[in-house]
Amino acid sequence: MTDLTSLTLAEARDALKAKSFTAVELTDAYLAAMEKARVLNAYVTETPEKAREMAKASDARIAAGKAGALEGLPLGIKDLYATKGVHTQACSHILDGFEPTYESTVSANLWADGAVMLGKLNMDEFAMGSSNETSHYGAVVNPWRRNGSDVNLVPGGSSGGSAAAVAARICLGATATDTGGSIRQPAAFTGTTGIKPTYGRCSRWGLVAFASSLDQAGPIARDARDTAILLKSMASVDPKDTTSVDLPVPDYEAAIGKSVKGLRIGIPKEYRLDGMPAEIDALWQKGIDILREAGAEIVDISLPHTKYALPAYYIVAPAEASSNLARYDGVRYGLRVPGSDIIDMYENTRAAGFGAEVKRRILIGTYVLSAGYYDAYYLRAQKVRTLIKRDFETVYAAGVDAILTPATPSAAFGIGEKADADPVEMYLNDVFTVTVNMAGLPGLAVPAGLSAEGLPLGLQLIGRPFDEETLFTLGSAIEKAVGTFVPKQWW
Amino acid sequence: MSVDTATVRRVARLARIKVTNDEAERMTYELNSILGFVEQLDEVDISGVEPMTSVVSVKMRRRQDVVTDGEDAEGVTANAPVSEDNFFLVPKVVE
Repeated sequence: MTDLTSLTLAEARDALKAKSFTAVELTDAYLAAMEKARVLNAYVTETPEKAREMAKASDARIAAGKAGALEGLPLGIKDLYATKGVHTQACSHILDGFEPTYESTVSANLWADGAVMLGKLNMDEFAMGSSNETSHYGAVVNPWRRNGSDVNLVPGGSSGGSAAAVAARICLGATATDTGGSIRQPAAFTGTTGIKPTYGRCSRWGLVAFASSLDQAGPIARDARDTAILLKSMASVDPKDTTSVDLPVPDYEAAIGKSVKGLRIGIPKEYRLDGMPAEIDALWQKGIDILREAGAEIVDISLPHTKYALPAYYIVAPAEASSNLARYDGVRYGLRVPGSDIIDMYENTRAAGFGAEVKRRILIGTYVLSAGYYDAYYLRAQKVRTLIKRDFETVYAAGVDAILTPATPSAAFGIGEKADADPVEMYLNDVFTVTVNMAGLPGLAVPAGLSAEGLPLGLQLIGRPFDEETLFTLGSAIEKAVGTFVPKQWW
Repeated sequence: MSVDTATVRRVARLARIKVTNDEAERMTYELNSILGFVEQLDEVDISGVEPMTSVVSVKMRRRQDVVTDGEDAEGVTANAPVSEDNFFLVPKVVE
């Protein structure tokens, strides 16, 4: 038998259906691969007993002819998702020991379709970071290394554990979340595919909240098809999240491999940054050429407010975070550090429980929302957000079907490399992705090539609201031209 | 706009996060770096622009005003660091 972990999610699904192997065998193959890959620090908790139990139940359902869409397929779950009775801490010290008494809607959807949980995946603390170095559980190591180098690189963030686990083939696919680029940037850094769906496509219920008007759940997987399969199961309208949208969930997999002929693809000139590495520019051109040759029409467009998206984000996201994270008070869950009175207890708990990046964002958020500054910061940023959204609406109204941009301004960097940098320098990682969250649009990251140093580089496709299907069609066209990318196993 | 260390201390107090002198110094520098970065928003003409309040223009759904949950004090307090008889315990707040 070939190594079961080398199959894609779609291949494993079809093989299980054909009874080529059992769900328990598949799960055991993953549990063994996870054990070997612990040096990557992708999982913060492995749940082997639960996995085997779920796989066994899957085998029974397969035998009874009652298999669900994801029956017996082993997945990793980002630590941000509430999983009943299982470690859920958003990789923060302040949630020490937290085991929810409930299940997030998205993960419940996956289990209802028969998927198997392998464990919880590492991430930046409260999803605040672009390198997975802010996790209380330590940095995740990117399975990719530069040619001839043994320097450990970051997998991107905040869904760094999800991306690294998919790239290292220690899960078939993973859940992730994206507030400013946290699915697309790590996907680009690891040669995996990830989609941030339209805001409202997936329920946010049971996700540890960061910035409620920006957070969205989505999958990271090995290719466009696998990503499409997972999104179909994850998406739903949910009475427990009033911002989830009541639209039918299409069969995203059917969009894979469809012709791109006649689709109009916008190329925004504002994404051509000064000082952008030549290979990122070349990658972008390669993507343009691939889509043109496949029959798409390429048009130059302008999104004039692009440069204001990142600064507006660093008002809106911290403001919402400071409110959302007010709940961690040492009373209801997680860490408590005693104090001389209740306020002292709050202050001690939050000082010990939050990491430096989280504190920084809470303070920024508290400052911009404090008396006298609301209009100058938050209100202004929300108005700028309207303008960013309007830029997209204008080009879509003019007949553009989707927009092609680079996913990140560089390839993965070394762990600790940016430790002494200005916080703003790290934030620039999300310069191409954050506009999409501000406007609430869907964005897909697909690997499109390797850097001169042998590291994966990704492209981003931005779509109309709720038109994830076009993104999957375009993503699969790029994938067809360039193939998929697998790191050389060194662990 | 830039902040001084006293402002950082005041904001940290509002956010209920204890900061040491060293932390306050460092955060003053970092906050000023971020505030300097967001200052470029001042050049955007926002006159007549409505603030964005929702990403998709859908009417918020309403549900029936009925009890859908509750009677689960044990579950609610299950993760409390300190609790007794399904009550959260906190340091004394009234004399």
